[in-house]
Amino acid sequence: MPTVPETAIVEVRGLRRAYGGVAAVDGLDLDVHRGELLAVLGPSGCGKTTLLRLLAGFERPDAGSIAIDGTAAAGPGTFVPPERRRVGIVVQDHALFPHLTVGGNVAYGLRRDPGRQRRVDEVLAMVGLDGLGDRYPAELSGGQQQRVAIARALAPEPGVILLDEPFANLDAALRARIRFEVRAILKAAGATVVLVTHDQEEALSLADRVAVLDGGRVAQVGPPDEVYRRPASPFVARFVGDADLVPGTCDGTTVATPLGRLAVDGPAPAAGPALAVVRPEAVRLQADPQGSATVALVTYYGHDQLVEVALDGGSVVRARLGAERLFSSGERVRAELAGPVIAYPGNGLGSP
Amino acid sequence: MTAVRRAPPATAAAAALVAGLAVLPLGYLVLRASEVGFSRAADLVLNERTLRLLGNSLGLAAATTVTAVAIGVPVAWLTTRTDLPGRRALTVVTALPLAVPSYVAALAVIAAFGPRGALARWLGPLGVDALPEVYGFVGAWLALSLSTFPYVTLTVRGSLRRLDPALEEVSRSLGATPFETFRRVTLPQLRPAVAAGALLVALYTLADFGGVSLLRFDTFTRVVYVQYRGSLDRSGAAVLALVLAAVSLTVVAAEARTRTRARVAAARTARTARLVHLGRWRAPATALLAVLAVVALVVPVATLVTWLVLGAREGIDLGETAAAAGRSARVSAGGALAALVAAWPVAALASRHPGRLARWTERLSYAGYALPGLVVALSLVFFGARVARPLYQTVGMLVLAYLVLFLPQAIGALRTTLGQISPTLEDASRSLGAGPLATARRVLLPLVRPGATAAFALVFLTAMKELPAALLLGPTGYDTLATRVWATTSEGFFGRAAAPALLLIVVSSVPLAFLALRDERA
Repeated sequence: MPTVPETAIVEVRGLRRAYGGVAAVDGLDLDVHRGELLAVLGPSGCGKTTLLRLLAGFERPDAGSIAIDGTAAAGPGTFVPPERRRVGIVVQDHALFPHLTVGGNVAYGLRRDPGRQRRVDEVLAMVGLDGLGDRYPAELSGGQQQRVAIARALAPEPGVILLDEPFANLDAALRARIRFEVRAILKAAGATVVLVTHDQEEALSLADRVAVLDGGRVAQVGPPDEVYRRPASPFVARFVGDADLVPGTCDGTTVATPLGRLAVDGPAPAAGPALAVVRPEAVRLQADPQGSATVALVTYYGHDQLVEVALDGGSVVRARLGAERLFSSGERVRAELAGPVIAYPGNGLGSP
Repeated sequence: MTAVRRAPPATAAAAALVAGLAVLPLGYLVLRASEVGFSRAADLVLNERTLRLLGNSLGLAAATTVTAVAIGVPVAWLTTRTDLPGRRALTVVTALPLAVPSYVAALAVIAAFGPRGALARWLGPLGVDALPEVYGFVGAWLALSLSTFPYVTLTVRGSLRRLDPALEEVSRSLGATPFETFRRVTLPQLRPAVAAGALLVALYTLADFGGVSLLRFDTFTRVVYVQYRGSLDRSGAAVLALVLAAVSLTVVAAEARTRTRARVAAARTARTARLVHLGRWRAPATALLAVLAVVALVVPVATLVTWLVLGAREGIDLGETAAAAGRSARVSAGGALAALVAAWPVAALASRHPGRLARWTERLSYAGYALPGLVVALSLVFFGARVARPLYQTVGMLVLAYLVLFLPQAIGALRTTLGQISPTLEDASRSLGAGPLATARRVLLPLVRPGATAAFALVFLTAMKELPAALLLGPTGYDTLATRVWATTSEGFFGRAAAPALLLIVVSSVPLAFLALRDERA
């Protein structure tokens, strides 16, 4: 794997935080590079929110360390309180101070000096809210409130900005547009950003790198296409994008599965039982009375269809196909795979 | 958006009738006062003594309010947001002083620190024969502050629990220290709650009659009372009572103004805030609350117990105390029930059929909130003596006074509960074949019961403590616990006052503890 030398602005080592004996973050290592947008992705309960709160300084770690900009922020015998970390945060429901105007909110983190008003105007212009400084938060739309929250976090020029599920409360139509506006604003400001989300589409489309969390640790970290194309574990394969895991037998270079003998992409597991990652968009179906599979369920989406296919032998795979010809359940088909697959050792019944 | 349905005529008529009852005392007072000529009224109001006593009332209200806020806000914060040991117990203990009526607090102050009090008895043999004066401003201020600060604690606690902890966290991440965060974010958000609590304290102090009278601090309530008792010109008392009502209404209006200007985050189900670790402040904070509990609760109770023992030697009439307790409980329960029944149509209208009628009936029904008990009682005495002759000198008159005085509390509680019940539930019940009455009985009533029970407890508690109305409106010989404490203390028989006072505290503590813990669970 090519390693570009990057300067880490946040270094997390062996971080651990438990609540009542249950570890939410459990021996986590992570670097955040200067100027990047890193998405921390995981299902609920994976520890992503705890990680964010530990980075912000709202929680104290039980073990491990956090360094920000080369200085220890938390670790054995060290704990820098939130107000001295230079870490900005934007939360899901914005948490704008309702008793302060937009200008008052943005100025909150700035020192009282003559440059303050200039910086407020500058940041408000950056997020496209110039002229709204005298409004109160309650007088703004949801999208505008979000931009105020970002402006407020950006104003003191923090080393890192944390975004906690910032788009979860917006409706679907607005979300897609606002996501990219926000990304553009943050990139223009040259900010280093950690975005916490459970939405894999959001993580893949926005981030420079994605860190997938599982059980309080980083399961994989890398550029979005790498995480999607070469998932490091069956968990990552299933969580990032749609995937079905088909059991088979590996001979060292190929895997024999109910879908045929498949070439392995990347390192092949040792000879023995193996699991192949099958992405729905890689599955081809052909109507064929002599085929070795049966259509179980067809879900029509307009632009395409998702066909669930039961392979003779027991496994089920999904195929995402164009909607020119609709399949119907009960139809016999031949299923094939385009291209090589990622494979893991084992049979899906636990560790090999 | 659900369409507003027209109110059923029966509900509308009932609500209008209740609103009429609520404004009756004020209305009749105006009528009666207008019999006094203008120049005579001016003489009554604008003489040196009246104005001085008005000043006393306002000064006492201001001092008490400031003290109650200074005690109540830190207590609320410590018991909600910190890792103070024994928070739940302290929550109840710091609410319990509400069970101590002002005149019992006054009795405790006199019986403990007065010239013939417990302290003097102990110190006398040691040669100390002069104690600082408890009668007057200092005693009244002390007794009222200690019995009213829980109003502030309770309102601020509620607000603190609704406050979104993300606001404080974001403030920290923007560079503000915990103290700056409290000052710049938390406090502005608490302001309406502090104002609401302060208003209750100010109104209570302005309306207080028993406490200030026993402590011989001349306030406006005493002028009204003396004018009523001591002169044949009862219309003059009406004029003075109107002035007192006007002062109270002005205070209410001032508080309403601060509320419209406040900008506070809309309530939502926020996660609970992390508790602040007090660290080395733990011990001093605990000690502070312990001292408060001792002064506000242990001292009064211990003093009363001491006097009870002393009085027992001379013999106390337990039978008469028990009879008075029975009357207190009966008339308070009657008043609470009447207030709840009267509150129902007003609350139903306000929560189900908002509109001009609902707005006005609700506003008018809140008259009793601003009116001192003495004013309502006085007006009903006049009304009973002249108009409602059959009711005069009956318990019904006292129940009517309690209805007017405590209707706002009952409406507030019922309205909140009704507002939380979706009207679609009633629609569903109707579509399943239940008529309006059956729907009320089978759907609304079971859902409203917890809120209604709380409202009943609250009104019952307040009515038990109430003094001036019981004093003025109770039929001759109809002694309640409150009037017994008043009569015996006025005459200096602390030993005979102790039993009814203790009983009053005990009986009031039950609904109060129930309310405080319910509040805690919610």
